Amino acid sequence: MKKSLLFTLLVSAMIASACAPTVPPASIPTSAPVVSVLPTPPSSPLAQPESVLPTPSAARTFTVLTHEAFALSDDVLKKFETDNNITVNFIKESDAGPALNRAILTKDNPEADVIFGIDNTLMGRALDAGILDPYKPSALAALSTISTEFQLDPSGQLTPIDYGDVCLNYDKNYFAQKKLSPPQSLIDLTKPEYKNLLVVENPAGSSTGLAFMLATVSVFGEEGWLKFWQQLKANGVKIDEDWNTAYYTDFSGSSGQGPRPIVVSYASSPPAEVVFANPPIDQPPTAAIVAPKTCFRQIEFAGILKGTQNRDLAEKWIDFMLGLDYQQDIPLQQYVYPVNPQAKLPDVFVKWSVIADQPANLAPDVIAQNRDQWIQQWTDAVLK
Amino acid sequence: MSFPRRFLFIVPLAFLAIFFFYPLATIIARGLAPDGVIDLSSFGTIVGSPFYLQTVWFTFWQAIVSTLLTLVFALPAAFVFARFRFRGKAIIRALTTIPFVLPTVVVAAAFSALIGPRGWINEALKAILQLDYAPIDIQNTIWIILLAHIFYNFTIVLRIVGGFWANLDPQIEAAARVLGANRWRTFREVTLPLLTPALLAAALLVFIFDFTSFGVVLILGGPQFNTIETAIYRNTQITLNLPLATALTIVQLICTFIFISIYTRLQGRASRPIELRPQQLTQRPPVTRREKFFAVSVIGAMLLLLFAPLIALIAKSFVNDAGFTLDNFTNLAANPRGSVLFVPPLTAMSNSLGFASVTMLITLIVGVLAAYSSSITKRKFLEPIWMLPLGASAVTLGFGFLIGLPSLRSTWLIIPLAHSLVAFPFVVRSITPALRSIRANLREAAAIMGANPMRVWREIDLPIIGRALLVGGAFAFSVSIGEFGATAMISRSETPTLPYAIYRYLTLPGSLNFGQSMAMSTLLIIVVSIALITIERFRFGEVGEF
Repeated sequence: MKKSLLFTLLVSAMIASACAPTVPPASIPTSAPVVSVLPTPPSSPLAQPESVLPTPSAARTFTVLTHEAFALSDDVLKKFETDNNITVNFIKESDAGPALNRAILTKDNPEADVIFGIDNTLMGRALDAGILDPYKPSALAALSTISTEFQLDPSGQLTPIDYGDVCLNYDKNYFAQKKLSPPQSLIDLTKPEYKNLLVVENPAGSSTGLAFMLATVSVFGEEGWLKFWQQLKANGVKIDEDWNTAYYTDFSGSSGQGPRPIVVSYASSPPAEVVFANPPIDQPPTAAIVAPKTCFRQIEFAGILKGTQNRDLAEKWIDFMLGLDYQQDIPLQQYVYPVNPQAKLPDVFVKWSVIADQPANLAPDVIAQNRDQWIQQWTDAVLK
Repeated sequence: MSFPRRFLFIVPLAFLAIFFFYPLATIIARGLAPDGVIDLSSFGTIVGSPFYLQTVWFTFWQAIVSTLLTLVFALPAAFVFARFRFRGKAIIRALTTIPFVLPTVVVAAAFSALIGPRGWINEALKAILQLDYAPIDIQNTIWIILLAHIFYNFTIVLRIVGGFWANLDPQIEAAARVLGANRWRTFREVTLPLLTPALLAAALLVFIFDFTSFGVVLILGGPQFNTIETAIYRNTQITLNLPLATALTIVQLICTFIFISIYTRLQGRASRPIELRPQQLTQRPPVTRREKFFAVSVIGAMLLLLFAPLIALIAKSFVNDAGFTLDNFTNLAANPRGSVLFVPPLTAMSNSLGFASVTMLITLIVGVLAAYSSSITKRKFLEPIWMLPLGASAVTLGFGFLIGLPSLRSTWLIIPLAHSLVAFPFVVRSITPALRSIRANLREAAAIMGANPMRVWREIDLPIIGRALLVGGAFAFSVSIGEFGATAMISRSETPTLPYAIYRYLTLPGSLNFGQSMAMSTLLIIVVSIALITIERFRFGEVGEF
């Protein structure tokens, strides 16, 4: 019977540790000593009138629905939290599409106040679903300084925050060893010297794959793009379900040491290879191809969800995302570029990342009208 | 006595009603009647589409083949574990469950390290055979789907069949041999019929797991393979065609219900009360050279199948471009980006262990009540209902929770509850065969001699089902630790789990990210091994191991 006592103890210890998750995220240990002053003191009755609170609690919580690639620095967030005397929670979905779908399915009873990460390939669906409230940011980084290239929603429901180019990446080592030059256009990928070298993501499962498919539609037009894919297929393209698998299992330039030296990834993947290298390296093992009409530009937006009980905070959050603190935090947290032209880029970005001069383009409303049909056509042509 | 017995079923039924049928009904209602009017045209779409018919066909085909292969590979091991006593058995048995908890992303990396075009085996073959290409290329083929299904589900057959087999009286077989039956005839006419209940239970679980297989098909098989489950995922998560996703969900649930009903009928015919024996009496060390050879080769093959990918994975966590390193581990607790959404490994670990323990507790309580109510009382019709959660898509259920249980969705309890739905059928299935084997007159005798119901349970039932309870508990624990689909849908950033932490590292390029995700997987393997070995060591009372 002694063992059963031990077992009971073990189980109760485990249950006790399960209660840890109920602790608010502010108490997650960090190296910074500021943490001790952070949990909002309950003795601030003047901070907010009780009546506007959704629940009668001392510290307001505010929730952002986003995708897995989202990240920001601890101190940047802490500043926003202390300035507004709130706790910010994040709900993360695997990708931007699922995050948007989650917002649409729960629109009668929204889980979050703000959604971040809807991009130009998804914005049509977001606007059609009627889940967002318009807002014109009033912040210091007024929209006027932001390039009109990014301001795609005249109704003001979606505010541009960052952008990044989906581009081909290649394994420098492989091309050097074989004395081969990397492809300089999409049509190059159908040449015999690049046979069986390319791995791409499924546009029906991955936003990276979708962006690349849209680049091919843009470059070859509605008449020619499927023919291009048939040529790619004949030239041995491999299709993986998502970016993880393509990059880490099949791409030879990553530490997964896959078999294929060309992958669809981001223009900013090479600097990430340098920053997250162990042992440290002074130049990336991979490079991005940014030749004209080979990349597709993704622009990410934030929007206020209809039905939020925290409209005031939601507006502040959008202003915060456009402000310099957050904008300058973007490159090394999310590996994309800030839309605010005043934001300074970190050295490693300036050195190893490139911005495509002439990315392939498609208008968001054209994407919205055709996306699902194109994905279906692609599936029929390439996967069957 | 009469009160608890008759009403036992209320607890598990209420549990399923609140946490399974209600959320499921909410999402189905939303899908079938988006504007308040019922629209069944999506069923027509499925029936009229070659793509979906092909998908349904492939779902059945791969599940049947995977199940048969799993049985073929695991039965010899089940026999060796049931009949022979050897050193390290408990530990090996505990470790066979590890694959069950590994996220598909990690298994993909492990398989790639082992049998990928640049994996160990291919590199070795290239060197030995002097080839300039990789001789084995099964990535994104049906073979890797089948292999992965065997890898994941081996332990189900080993534990459920092996566990039951271990308590079968070998003297029945010996009697048959004495009467002149040869080895094969004894197996076919004596052992197999006695084993059938456990065999059916294991096969059903494996089949349903393969039938609703998701990550294996999507990640390892690749986008050219589609099952009903992956089609549900695409129509919910990608194209947001909820009517079609709902129709597919209903098709999948109906199929599951049919399998379970068929199973229940077969099971009813197959099970008979038998005298189960403690393992001290049924097991002995292998003696003859032939027995030793058989045991060693079966265990060896099993270790190769289950552990070679794990070893490849662990090896990857100890190397980087410069060779051997511990950096992947020592850096785990560092937060190089200073990111607020960084997942500290200890937090992920304690969350995972906590969720798994709560899941185990919930499922053991609810599962025991459910198993009793459907096997002791005459409520056989309940059996398929207990199993139904296995047939529901994780994505559908996740959305059902979000829409149907809004007050619960922001608490951590929602995660173990979701895990319990998947794990609870395992507990029911694990203990039902043992429960059915208890002879009613044993309980009656004890009652006549003055034992109260609680004492009857403790002294008659518990020793007999104790071993099966452990099996069920270990499964519940493992299901919870490894579950990713539903967790990804409902979890919040405050409560990251281990599989999530592993996945999280792989969202950015960089050798450190890759190495750390491998290190995290190694930690997952270690933590799960310790937990499973602990569960394995637990014994009920002094009656001996059943």
